[in-house]
Amino acid sequence: MCSWSKGSKPCCKDEVMANITREQVQHLAHLARLELTEEETEHYAGQLSAIVDAVERVSEVAADDIPPTSHPVPMTNVFREDVARPGLNRADVEAGAPSWEDDRFRVPRILGEE
Amino acid sequence: MAPVMDGDLIRQDAATLSAALASGEVTSQEITQACLDRISQVDDEVHAFLYVDTDAAMATARDIDSRRAAGQELGPLAGIPLALKDVLTMRGVPTTCGSRILEGWRPPYDSTIVEKLRAADVVVLGKTNMDEFAMGSSTEHSGYGPTRNPWDLERIPGGSGGGSAAALAAFEAPLAIGTDTGGSIRQPASVTGTVGVKPTYGAVSRYGLVALASSLDQAGPCARTVMDAAMLHEVMAGYDPRDSTSINAPVPDVVAAARNADVRGMRIGLVRELGGEGYQAGVREQFDNAVRVLTDLGAEVVEVSCPHFDYALGAYYLILPSEASSNLARFDGMRYGLRAGDDGSASVEEVMARTREEGFGAEVKRRIMLGTYALSSGYYDAYYGQAQKVRTLISRDFAEAFDQVDVLISPTTPTTAFKIGEKVDDPLAMYLNDIATIPVNLAGNCAMSVPIGLASEDGLPVGLQIMAPAQGDDRLYRVGAALEQALLDKRGHALIEEVPSL
Repeated sequence: MCSWSKGSKPCCKDEVMANITREQVQHLAHLARLELTEEETEHYAGQLSAIVDAVERVSEVAADDIPPTSHPVPMTNVFREDVARPGLNRADVEAGAPSWEDDRFRVPRILGEE
Repeated sequence: MAPVMDGDLIRQDAATLSAALASGEVTSQEITQACLDRISQVDDEVHAFLYVDTDAAMATARDIDSRRAAGQELGPLAGIPLALKDVLTMRGVPTTCGSRILEGWRPPYDSTIVEKLRAADVVVLGKTNMDEFAMGSSTEHSGYGPTRNPWDLERIPGGSGGGSAAALAAFEAPLAIGTDTGGSIRQPASVTGTVGVKPTYGAVSRYGLVALASSLDQAGPCARTVMDAAMLHEVMAGYDPRDSTSINAPVPDVVAAARNADVRGMRIGLVRELGGEGYQAGVREQFDNAVRVLTDLGAEVVEVSCPHFDYALGAYYLILPSEASSNLARFDGMRYGLRAGDDGSASVEEVMARTREEGFGAEVKRRIMLGTYALSSGYYDAYYGQAQKVRTLISRDFAEAFDQVDVLISPTTPTTAFKIGEKVDDPLAMYLNDIATIPVNLAGNCAMSVPIGLASEDGLPVGLQIMAPAQGDDRLYRVGAALEQALLDKRGHALIEEVPSL
């Protein structure tokens, strides 16, 4: 038994996996702007199912009345002094840009054909 | 006057080098040159570095030497070389985060950590290898090839900061900096026989640290001794208005704590959930031995239960990918780094997708998709929302434990260093390496890994993890230094002396 399954639920490898289909992987990849190959899609479908199955253990904990923690140090409204400070050096930024034209980042077309 | 140093320059710790520099026994140029020579000799095999900044390092050393000669008052780490993890920006020096997507990119600004290193006159030797965007526990997920463990070149040096840890164990640098999101400082320290500290969340500025998971990431010191780590901790830490999560409070006196090194009367808790089944026999053996040492030193060791730690791994692998998938959206090929498929007709979306497909490695893609899944509507409450609640319960476990004891201890890792290739395409097996280190990141408190011995079955280093409450970083150094000294007295030499020669 692997350490993922110290609780009541059997390990991901011992039972039916959460089923993340190839279509779901393609959808996720599209949302995340990843152009996956067929082979990758197949591979990730199996792996993601196994991982989701393992992490699903968090649902065993009864936590209805527990407040969520998004951040370990609860701080809100953190402001800095309202003083001007220098931005980045334009020549340095240009040097790091993949494409540059007329003092700006050149980007591919952003509007559709229709 | 008797010389401060005995033996090879590259094998000295930073505290010894500091004294030798102050007394005029050695110059920063000599030390820096020795490290650079060592890197040329062994780094083809070890591959700890992605970039070596030879000329700049020597120029810095020269400048420091001349200022020292002119009588200028310098800090304790002035003139000491350091290896910097490639996830921290340094103006004009390539910063790849171990990813092909940032190949050749030279940041236009310094991270706060680099600013502090410059102010302390530390000599940065170069940038160290890491798992891509710090996702991994073996450095095998680097886009530039793995780093090898100096104890056994067939084995992993841990990750994500395997380059920084290997640079120390290979005597390429006396100091290094790592970042720790789920164990990326402590686990490499453990498997390379070195010291690594994850400071309290908010203690060290994240400005210029390329974000993996913003609520978990924290940079910290890596060294061959506890005192060296303390000296570096002191230089790195402190309030920074450019990081909105930076803690505006004095840094605990970690150097004094390392010097104090006295655990008499301290209460130390053994975490029941972090040990036993799933932990290698040789790891357990060394850990039990270290517990006896702490007891002999006058600490009171008791068992403590943190029941929700069993759910930490699951919560972490929901929270981390969720934050990472958002943070890594910035790598879209528009403003910096790689751009692929921009043939004049492809749309911006197509170019982004092509760029990310070419620029990211397998583990990064896996975690981005996992995070996208966990955050998608319909799953958000069950996964991300529930994981955040588990995070609260883990913090409460820590709070209750620290009502009873001053620090908690566990083995840092369940096993010693494994073979390269063994787990590289088995994410669940890989994630288990961080089972003992992850709770601290979720709760935001601090922890250290300190070497305690070699596992009997494979002769590889074992680390002990010390965990303290938030802002109690000094306790780590007090316990770590006491344990280090007692083990050194028993053994007659430092464990790191047993690294096979390369």
